Amino acid sequence: MEAYVGYFLYFLSLLTVGGIYAIFALGLNVNWGFAGLFNVGIVGFAAVGAYTYALLTTAESTFHIGGFGLPLPFGMFAGMMTSAVIAGLIGLICIRLRADYLAIATIGIAEIIKLILKNETEITNGPRGINKIPRAWEHFSEERFYSSWPMSWFGTPENWEAFFDTLPNWYWQPLFAGTILLVMYVIYRMLERARTSPWGRMMTAIRENEPAARAAGKDVTRRRIEAFIIGAAIMGLAGSLFAQHLRLIEPTNTFDPSKVTFLVWVMLIVGGSGNNRGAMLGAFLIWTLWSASELIITGAINLIGDIFSTLDPSILQTRAGFLRMMLIGILMQVILQRYPGGILPEVRPASPKADNNTRVSTGETK
Amino acid sequence: MWDAFGFDFVNFYLIPGLVLGCIYALGAIGITLTFSILRFANFAHGEIMMSGAYLTWTVMAIAGYAGLTLHPLVAMVPAALLVILLFLGTDKLFYKPFRNADTIKVVMASFGMMLIIRSAVQVIWGPNQLTFVRGIAKPNPVLRDMSSDIGMMLIIPNKHLFIFAGTVIIVFALSYLLNRTRIGKAMRAVSDSPDLAHVTGIDVDKVIRATWIVGGICATAAGVFLVMDVQMLETTMGFRMLLPMFAAAILGGIGKPYGAVFGGLVIGLAEELSAYPWIGDAPLLSPGYKTGVAFAIMVVMLIVRPQGLFKGRSF
Repeated sequence: MEAYVGYFLYFLSLLTVGGIYAIFALGLNVNWGFAGLFNVGIVGFAAVGAYTYALLTTAESTFHIGGFGLPLPFGMFAGMMTSAVIAGLIGLICIRLRADYLAIATIGIAEIIKLILKNETEITNGPRGINKIPRAWEHFSEERFYSSWPMSWFGTPENWEAFFDTLPNWYWQPLFAGTILLVMYVIYRMLERARTSPWGRMMTAIRENEPAARAAGKDVTRRRIEAFIIGAAIMGLAGSLFAQHLRLIEPTNTFDPSKVTFLVWVMLIVGGSGNNRGAMLGAFLIWTLWSASELIITGAINLIGDIFSTLDPSILQTRAGFLRMMLIGILMQVILQRYPGGILPEVRPASPKADNNTRVSTGETK
Repeated sequence: MWDAFGFDFVNFYLIPGLVLGCIYALGAIGITLTFSILRFANFAHGEIMMSGAYLTWTVMAIAGYAGLTLHPLVAMVPAALLVILLFLGTDKLFYKPFRNADTIKVVMASFGMMLIIRSAVQVIWGPNQLTFVRGIAKPNPVLRDMSSDIGMMLIIPNKHLFIFAGTVIIVFALSYLLNRTRIGKAMRAVSDSPDLAHVTGIDVDKVIRATWIVGGICATAAGVFLVMDVQMLETTMGFRMLLPMFAAAILGGIGKPYGAVFGGLVIGLAEELSAYPWIGDAPLLSPGYKTGVAFAIMVVMLIVRPQGLFKGRSF
């Protein structure tokens, strides 16, 4: 029985983190898949969302500013908004540039965000980061939550304590995973609406042929900034969920640019850029591969350590992570060269005026 | 008026700034050449620098086993050859399939390349910091005594002199290559107009190979100089150099090697001098934000004058 609970929890954690990455991938899909903006600063927007959420919702602390103890949904919303505002500012400056330049600029923004988080020690606790970030559902069993409203209306602190004692200590995991999947689903539905709407078709037109879209009277710069902001807001939201999942965030290792940014990019490329379902599929697939490869490589290292008893397995252990990264990188190169469309290639939305025949021929199902 | 103030300024801000500028300049040459001849922003350039430094370290270590103590500048030569091989190999495997595709695909491939090279280095050499030589670098005694005789004490360690000399030699060699040799002229022609160059019978593949070779040599030199300067070899150094190098290339104008050199010096000086206490006693900008200076210069440049100071190409 215990073993089954263990498998179940492992599966739930795959869903949780996979779901968070799926939200990142959906955000990137708005940037890259819809509007063709090469955003390599995902980790920056994630960090902004995570830090905003963390500072607003943690209990008061002497290590960093505030710890305002605000409600969690408010913290998530604020994370989204801060990320969107920063994206708006960059968008105003850099969006007219060629794609390569935008990529360099977004890398720069991510680096500067990291520098600020690292150097402004009074606000963010510097390199030591913020801990005890409340996680949705799990936080109910913390004293400061059940002794305040609305939970205090339904029971005394003693009642609540007794109630949480009856629950298994992982009771929050299915609920947390469910929340993330729900958020992902809502975003997916909204983006599907956006993709098939005139706005989405206009985005595709701008991405495919900018001069033609401009000649057709579309405000290209404005639309691009819109797509950039929407994508960044989604990334900020995913960042705040990431902070909840981790409970401890710090600027350097948590928000390692090569890891987060690159994984999300690989997920989108493998799943199929331009396709929202592809983005989610790619996220779950790559995340499962990533975490399964950890188990496999650990097993292989133990085996090698048993066979060659002179080898110190700990050296291999520290390097195995990099090997996984390399393999994921090579996977991305292969997909880029052989299957540039990804697993689920983009399906162009048909115009509502088009008749049913064209709908069938373009593969649109509805 | 050579007082304590000037002593601080020259020895602790101006000279380190110039050294950093030389390193950025060498890196930016490779970036600007790839940008103008292959027409994409090569994100993997910083990692090539880093791997060049690691290969140099390996050559030194192997020579050490054989009982030889090589200077990094000597060990750099075989390492540069290996880097060129690496460069040509990655071009063949990862960049060539995209030669006729969208530019952005190649940029993406180079982004992937950046992480593949970095993780390969991490797998092979491990994540720990290494160093070429241990110990504190002593200032060059001859220069110190000579300059203190005329009342301005210069404290320049030998490694900095080597970096200056190496940069000057490489820049002169590059200018000879671009202006005097056939392949250099072909490179400039392709950079100006690839279609026209193709029509006039220039072998574009050969030019591309030459670009990788020149870029590889400059990148290895930059990586080795950086490690000589900070006496520390780590896997993230390539990524940290990427932004300033791009800033230098954009500042000088894309496709202008001399512009890249000038841009590199300006960015290096700006980064170091931004921490100088220009007003009052506190540093003008906290040293933690040094990298931000390069970024700020780059963004301002892209808005105000996208073609760069030397009238490079603007996209």
